[in-house]
Amino acid sequence: MDLSVEIGTLRLSNPLIAASGCYGYGVEYADAVDLSTLGAIASKGLFLAPREGHPPPRIVETPSGMLNAIGLQGIGVHRYIAEKLPELRRLGATNIVNICGSTLDEYVELARILSDAEGVHALEINISCPNIKEGGITFGCSMHGTFDVVSAVKKVTHLPVIPKLTPNVTDVASIAKAAEDAGADAVSLVNTFLAMAIDVETRRPKLSNIVGGLSGPAIRPIAVRMVYECRRTVKIPVIGMGGIASAVDALEFIIAGATAVQVGTANFVDPFIWSKLTAGIEDYMRRHGVRRIADLVGSVDTSTREKEWVSS
Amino acid sequence: MPRDVEARVLQNTRLSPDYNVITLAAPEIAAATRPGQFVMVRSSHGSDPLLRRPFSVFEIVRSGNRIEGLSLLSKRIGVTTRLLFDAVEGDVISCLGPLGRPFDPVSPPSEAWMVAGGVGLAPFATLTEALLERGAKTTLFYGARTGAELFYLDWFASRGVRLVLSTEDGSKGERGRVTLPLEQALRETSSEVMIYACGPERMLEAVSHVAGKFKTPAQVSVERVMGCGMGGCYSCVIPVREAGGRHHYVRSCLAGPVFTASDLVWDHE
Repeated sequence: MDLSVEIGTLRLSNPLIAASGCYGYGVEYADAVDLSTLGAIASKGLFLAPREGHPPPRIVETPSGMLNAIGLQGIGVHRYIAEKLPELRRLGATNIVNICGSTLDEYVELARILSDAEGVHALEINISCPNIKEGGITFGCSMHGTFDVVSAVKKVTHLPVIPKLTPNVTDVASIAKAAEDAGADAVSLVNTFLAMAIDVETRRPKLSNIVGGLSGPAIRPIAVRMVYECRRTVKIPVIGMGGIASAVDALEFIIAGATAVQVGTANFVDPFIWSKLTAGIEDYMRRHGVRRIADLVGSVDTSTREKEWVSS
Repeated sequence: MPRDVEARVLQNTRLSPDYNVITLAAPEIAAATRPGQFVMVRSSHGSDPLLRRPFSVFEIVRSGNRIEGLSLLSKRIGVTTRLLFDAVEGDVISCLGPLGRPFDPVSPPSEAWMVAGGVGLAPFATLTEALLERGAKTTLFYGARTGAELFYLDWFASRGVRLVLSTEDGSKGERGRVTLPLEQALRETSSEVMIYACGPERMLEAVSHVAGKFKTPAQVSVERVMGCGMGGCYSCVIPVREAGGRHHYVRSCLAGPVFTASDLVWDHE
């Protein structure tokens, strides 16, 4: 059975990627998991400089999901390269480094620095974090902004460039198209949905940041629909995520059109989920006589359903 | 290395209408646990509740020399603690651990003074055993709202732990907060003392303040809203002091839950 997939020039041994912001820098899990068995690790979002993030409380559980407003606490790109990458290389991890900028220039500078670092396999461009005011999502919410960031980053790197898209837009597929037009090697989606929870006893928001990003099984059907829409609009690979907690969930995204998938919130619940997802996917492939996982990508059969909407 | 064990409930003892001690068949985790470490517990198999919740390991449960599992001291306040309260023998509860930085037990001539508030008693059974092994003279300052919520007094007394009790309603021990008798004792002692504290954050802040006043070292176990327990999510952060009067957020699951009290920046500074 062949679980490998291709994201631009990057070949992953399997389609399972640890989602950015949900796996620290990867090394946190090295005691529990053989990091070389993951398809890849998307690092926690990095700016040029270290950041403190928001005051706690930073998360709150909601029905079948959670809100977070971490605020991109992080060590900055230089410490990542000096302190985390050597161990990630030693452990044989495939590293997709997630970069965040307050300005266009910061994205370009990050891409330049990381392109020279040994052990970086791809760049995920965070233009979708809902929890910080400056930069990031302001690019990702418009076709122009997305196009500008992706084309600027593409000019300075040989690495595959994967903009991570926000679902907090009217038409995510048009944003994906702008990314493709700018030369993106793939798109990843969805980041979290902007959301809010209030303690009615105190009438206070449950998060210090007032609003936060919703993730977990609660968002899965919306994310599947968005992956499906993007797959129908762009030719570059789509990396799907949003509430994947089982092999069936991962397969749903793949069949909807995801070449690879990312797992975030479910890793919090079960850090040993990876081998279970792999076993479940392999079992499915055996039962259905699928030799290459790549053959499943976008294989959703809509022929017996609402043709009008599908072909619109 | 942390393990995830689908642990059978061996026993569930209700101590009061809100408190229970639940014993889980997770001997691999129990054998590796050091005092003050925690486990992440999942009491459902669906997505409600979705996330695990952190619990200090209360007792290492033995049958003769064999370790059978571990127990958790729980107070019913939310959905997971309600499920733990209602659990019956034979139920299966997922238990991930051991996790976090443990207490550092002292040896003589230093004395160990443990300060517990309410369900903050939880890490002190395992710590007591470690302290007794070292022969350290051990005192437990234990405070609760009311006398009916002071538990396991015989357990500690029978092991030679000196008990100093306090309740907010005065129904047992001294009336008032647990930090009052602590401060009184610190004023009177001439011994070298290490303080260990676990309880509500306001109590930890007060203990830290009193310890600082008497220049006594203190280790405190904090509880923050925690997503994963493994360092992945960055939600359980707590501010620690940095040079130049600044503070820096560290993850309490990795850098804690046990901290040197004087390293922490408290809410009311």
